[in-house]
Amino acid sequence: MTVPSSIPRNRRGRPNALASMVRHWQLYAMILLPVVYIGIFNYLPMYGVQLAFKRFSPSRGIAGSAWVGLKYFQIFFTSPSCWQVVWNTLSVSVYSIAINFFFPIALAVALNETQHKGFRKTAQMITYAPYFISTVVMVGLIMQVLDPRLGIVNRIVVTLGGAETNFMGKPELFKSIYVWSGLWQGIGYSAIIYLAALSGVSPELQEAAIIDGCNRGQRIWNVDLPSITPTIVIMLIMSFGFVMSVGFEKVFLMQNNLNLSSSEIIATYVYKVGLINADFGFATAIGLFNSVVNVVLLVGANSIAKKMNQPGLW
Amino acid sequence: MKKRTVYATGADRVLSVFLNAFLWFWIVVIAYPLIYVVAASFSSSHAVISGKVWLWPVEPSLRAYRAVFNNGQILSGFYNSTVYMVLGTAISLVLTVLAAYPLSRKELVGGRIFSGLFLFTMLFSGGLIPTYLVVKDLGLRNTIWAMILPSAFSVWNMIITRTYFQTAIPDELYEAAQLDGCSDFRFLNRIVLPLSGPILAVIGLYYAVGNWNGYFNALLYLDASRLYPLQLVLRDILVLGNIDISMVKDFDEMVRKQGLADLLKYAVIVVASVPVMVLYPFIQRYFVKGVMIGAVKG
Repeated sequence: MTVPSSIPRNRRGRPNALASMVRHWQLYAMILLPVVYIGIFNYLPMYGVQLAFKRFSPSRGIAGSAWVGLKYFQIFFTSPSCWQVVWNTLSVSVYSIAINFFFPIALAVALNETQHKGFRKTAQMITYAPYFISTVVMVGLIMQVLDPRLGIVNRIVVTLGGAETNFMGKPELFKSIYVWSGLWQGIGYSAIIYLAALSGVSPELQEAAIIDGCNRGQRIWNVDLPSITPTIVIMLIMSFGFVMSVGFEKVFLMQNNLNLSSSEIIATYVYKVGLINADFGFATAIGLFNSVVNVVLLVGANSIAKKMNQPGLW
Repeated sequence: MKKRTVYATGADRVLSVFLNAFLWFWIVVIAYPLIYVVAASFSSSHAVISGKVWLWPVEPSLRAYRAVFNNGQILSGFYNSTVYMVLGTAISLVLTVLAAYPLSRKELVGGRIFSGLFLFTMLFSGGLIPTYLVVKDLGLRNTIWAMILPSAFSVWNMIITRTYFQTAIPDELYEAAQLDGCSDFRFLNRIVLPLSGPILAVIGLYYAVGNWNGYFNALLYLDASRLYPLQLVLRDILVLGNIDISMVKDFDEMVRKQGLADLLKYAVIVVASVPVMVLYPFIQRYFVKGVMIGAVKG
């Protein structure tokens, strides 16, 4: 690297840090604004996490409120709704990870094996169009499609001689509706990443496999999939990082009084307790529990990946 | 089709039939509801209620769209969402570039500390209530800033952008510019940004879609319905089923209005989704690239 000789250097011949900072002061001027931003909108709320251990009084503010220790955690862990809510959160997200893991990879492989370029492009475009539909519209769409009276699903069921069902009112169906509609919306988008990784598989490897007498199935299994394993692992770790933050927005909209026993997750519970009932301390405590589990899962998934000699997130 | 069947064996053919069936299954399953919604929105309410619509508009009519565009709430939501999207995307892009560019430079002493500061926020967050209190204490509730600022910056998008800067802008270019006495601001403006069209388009799309589609900030921070974004208006209509069908006099009238209400939902779904879907073909060619950069380790 060529560095102008005017820059003062330290003993190891590197440019002096302070001099470099002065010289590149503009870099610091630039980053100042984003740093102030995360300071206000990310780190200030972290300071507010102490509310989990305090009885919040609006007049005294966060710092001035009285400490109550672990009281809120005790209340939460001994309440009957606690395990129901935790179970709903965990089961819906694990279900979702499992389904959203397999199908996008399969779709990417199928797209990659299509020789006809125009068809591949069209198929790709159609399959990722739903990604752009908003959560509100998506839930509206689900409700229209599953409507007991007018919904297309019930009309097909009735045409085939079945009885009308109120799908959205059945707690046992809630998780499946959530997960499979999520797959419908996200499969094409998730497949893009795998498709891009598949296009990077070395052609020499493919040719070698052909010469060795592999058929297409064997090539997919022995060449394609191992080549994209790092991408698959990273995507999987990331999805574990989001286990506890399952789409609040969608679950909240899909909730109704009939399916609440299986649709109440931690995030919606926090919203109701905290903002509707204005029990700030209690809601913060549950939120904190949620974040901590989230961090543990992410760190755990990452270290398992490292142990298996796969590249982790860090 | 090209002649690549030289290697095709029996097993190959079975596999290719299977993969094609899988593809067609998803194309139909994804396209059909979209086609149905569009067809229903252009049909008469009578045809929709009696289940005559399957694939094509029946008794074509524009009544639903006329009703949508005569609804003051939808129009005001549309206007608000457009403002939030344009302003929000602009602010987000500025913040993202201002963080991504310095972090892409080796000359930034303490770059690792800054990176750590940003990355930690992806791992741990204060949660709903503390964030709500911060926004409230800043006096942002019931202002348009509540719709823009709390979600203006995404660390993930910043990392994608930084990775792009690191890989697309050669170090030699920077050194040459430095020797010529070019400052960092000037370098960013004159060299980096003009070379970064694809990534700016992609993360701009991400931010724009996020702004247009989000409703939760509005639910938390807005009470005044004149500030409601389109998505919150849609929630009323689509999810809560609150359509103003007042002044119903007799039963026939009620059935007619109820039919229109159902029809209106389809038209509303189309109207709300078109703006984003229109954006995306323009950006599509950058899209795959952008998603791929995101998958590269930061």
